Amino acid sequence: MKKLRRKVYMTAGYNTISLGTGRKEFNPKKPRPGIEHYIKEAGQGVLKQIGGAKNVDESVIGNFMAGRFNKQGHVDGFIPMIDKGLSMKPAVRVEGACASGGLSLVTGIRNILAETSEVVLSLGFEVQNTVKAIYGADILALAGWFQKRKKGHAYFFPGQFSDRAGAYYEKYGYERTRKGMARWYANAIENARLDPTAQEYHNPSPDPYSTALKMKPNGKAFVDHLTVLDCSKVSDAASGITICSEEGLKRIGVDKKDAVEVVGFGHAVRDITSDPTDLTELETIKFAANQALKNAGITIDQVGTVETHDCFSIAGILAVEALGLAAKGEGADYVAEGKTGRNGELPFNTTGGLIGWGHPTGGTGVHQAVTIWQQLTGKAGDAQSEISSDRPYGLTINMGGDDVTVTSIVFKRGK
Amino acid sequence: MTYDERLQNVSVLGAAGKMGSGILLLTAVEMADRSLLPENKGKTFVLNAIDVSDEGLAGLMNYLRVQVRKIAEKKTVWLRKMYADREDLIENFDIIDEYIFDVMNIVRPTTAMGAAHGSTLVFEAVNENRALKVKLFTQIKQNNNKDVWFFTNTSSVPIHLIDEEAGLDGKVIGFHFYNPPAVQRLVELIRTVNTKDEVVEFAYSYAKNLRKIVVPSNDFAGFIGNGQFMRDGLYGIGEAQRLSKEKKMPLYKTIYMINKITQEYLIRPMGIFQLMDYVGIDVMQFILNVMNPFVKDEDLQNDLLDKMMEQGVKGGQYSSGAQKDGFLKYEKGKPVAVWDVEKQQYAAIDSFKAECDALLGNLPDSAVAWKSTLRMKNKEEVFTHFFDDLKAMSTMGSQIAINYGKRSKAIGEKLVSDNVANNVDDVNTVMLTGFFHAFGPINNYFD
Repeated sequence: MKKLRRKVYMTAGYNTISLGTGRKEFNPKKPRPGIEHYIKEAGQGVLKQIGGAKNVDESVIGNFMAGRFNKQGHVDGFIPMIDKGLSMKPAVRVEGACASGGLSLVTGIRNILAETSEVVLSLGFEVQNTVKAIYGADILALAGWFQKRKKGHAYFFPGQFSDRAGAYYEKYGYERTRKGMARWYANAIENARLDPTAQEYHNPSPDPYSTALKMKPNGKAFVDHLTVLDCSKVSDAASGITICSEEGLKRIGVDKKDAVEVVGFGHAVRDITSDPTDLTELETIKFAANQALKNAGITIDQVGTVETHDCFSIAGILAVEALGLAAKGEGADYVAEGKTGRNGELPFNTTGGLIGWGHPTGGTGVHQAVTIWQQLTGKAGDAQSEISSDRPYGLTINMGGDDVTVTSIVFKRGK
Repeated sequence: MTYDERLQNVSVLGAAGKMGSGILLLTAVEMADRSLLPENKGKTFVLNAIDVSDEGLAGLMNYLRVQVRKIAEKKTVWLRKMYADREDLIENFDIIDEYIFDVMNIVRPTTAMGAAHGSTLVFEAVNENRALKVKLFTQIKQNNNKDVWFFTNTSSVPIHLIDEEAGLDGKVIGFHFYNPPAVQRLVELIRTVNTKDEVVEFAYSYAKNLRKIVVPSNDFAGFIGNGQFMRDGLYGIGEAQRLSKEKKMPLYKTIYMINKITQEYLIRPMGIFQLMDYVGIDVMQFILNVMNPFVKDEDLQNDLLDKMMEQGVKGGQYSSGAQKDGFLKYEKGKPVAVWDVEKQQYAAIDSFKAECDALLGNLPDSAVAWKSTLRMKNKEEVFTHFFDDLKAMSTMGSQIAINYGKRSKAIGEKLVSDNVANNVDDVNTVMLTGFFHAFGPINNYFD
């Protein structure tokens, strides 16, 4: 991939809370806000920071399955609802399953690079608590190939990643892998407790690591190789961020120091109708993340913080390996040793990731960019990590389906 | 006849009632599950839901649809396997909907008793009225040319009397669910000396498939559950009356106090008066009337119950499951007032609570709420500590509570010595699982 032909920045991120089980205000029996609320809150949250809708040239909104979760199509039509100033301007909805948010970002980046826009409002959302988990599993299964649905598990995606975890246990050992997965969960909870918008912000567990380690996968109740703590939660949330050129930054009156520069990105898609070549490897993540690093002209040891797509704890461990931080089969140990923790060698998912912060499928990619923007510009509040000058870069990895669609972006603070 | 063959044609009498609807639901689900097994493909399963009320039956079908969905949602993993050969059923949505249809498709709601004439198993859940039960069974027995077995959900009528009076030739068993049957795990199983072994065997298999905890009870009116509860309730009423007289206080205040003691001091899910309301004062009267002629050394009745019935205050539940007012008046399920039999109106608890609570005295610091004991691992240690503290106190509340605990124990022990229950564990299991007590009545906490 060619070097970026002009500078691209992101700034003015905003996250709604991630609502679902775990949040004190969540009550499945009471009515909850719909998609309109989330789109509006995230959109307006961004617009307030950039001088209003008049400064926006166009919008991109990522969403996976509003058509079924909310029985609503034509999602780009909600953009002008955020602010009248967005009316009669271009807006597009993008979908790539759980990478829809990432697609919203790379679409915005491309529009800046194409010079068709100087300021893009990028949003992502999903409102999933409209159905029970057993039906939500059907909807999320559409991120896989429908022809495989019949033979799949009732909880289709947990079933897919359970197979990956099972293959990993068999190849590299059950106990050590479970330790890595339990540590992944504990990190997620501990980080989420530092971000007031996170779904696990209220989690009171005194020892999440032991809780996760004690819980054993039970195929009769759920899937064979994962527990519920290995899985991201069902979430309602939206995130938004501004993508802009240097000229755009000036227009919205944001200092470069308060923005992050996109120094490279990767985007790859694997054939959805084929099975993964190796269950213990995330090949598309490996490809796209390395593409992003190469595009940025950096190596992983220059990265100070990573937001990776841990829809399941095993996916977090496999991403560690895909990034070359640990050899194949040693990612679990790397995590178990605390190296991905907030005080570890390379902090991952500093506001909880998908397991801790939440996983509003179509919004996750944008949420990851917001977190990196917060971390690199010192706006992460209690969740702030120290970003050292020799590792100034941030990296996101957003995955759709079972390693089918992946976007990955490298950021550094603007100057 | 195999287990599955026996279940191919079943009738539930009183299917639209509180107990009947739950029994119908569980049986329909069990029959549908059997029908899905590969060896039963193509076989027809019929469940006649018989009731006198068309309106009730319409409500029953709605109840079934909602409940079967909930059940299906919990076993979708298994259902996907059962429907693996149905290529048209792909998503969980499809599979759950099909299962709901398959369960409903077994059920034939009807007001015609004749439907039971072709059944091989008849489940009875009509009113607690011996003559009615006998009449229905007799009628079916005379018109049914199958080898029909009878299950009765009676909570008090001796089974051998039903057997003899309806001429069932030992093909009858007491299968007493707790309310609500779909939720409560306890079943009291009552065989008579005449009950055929194969009926008992079937009953155990059926209970196991319904994931019920079976406690065998001997065939004495009231069995274990009501044997304990009715006496416990009468004692509670007696205590309230005694206290009212001794302290010259209106009865509604002492009802409040005994209710509080039985809940908070004895760590029960609800106080004894609330429990009597839950069961229904009328149902309690019914059961006592059935039991009383069979007990020789006691008189199981109380004038307060008669008075409540006369005044039309009966408790029980609405079809929605909400609590009707009885001894206590409820708002959002919580007691807010107590019935004053003298003035025939409710007295707000807030208006006298402080006075009564002060009389009872404070609970020791070691007190625990019933709810907090649900997942407690060191219950025995915690209870011993609490009751030891209670015994060391001389407050009115602690004294009444200790005596109450002793009385409950004596009732339980008498059930064993009278051979109603086979052993102490059975009595305790019934109270732990059927009444959700935190500890069994036969214990050493109060000695």
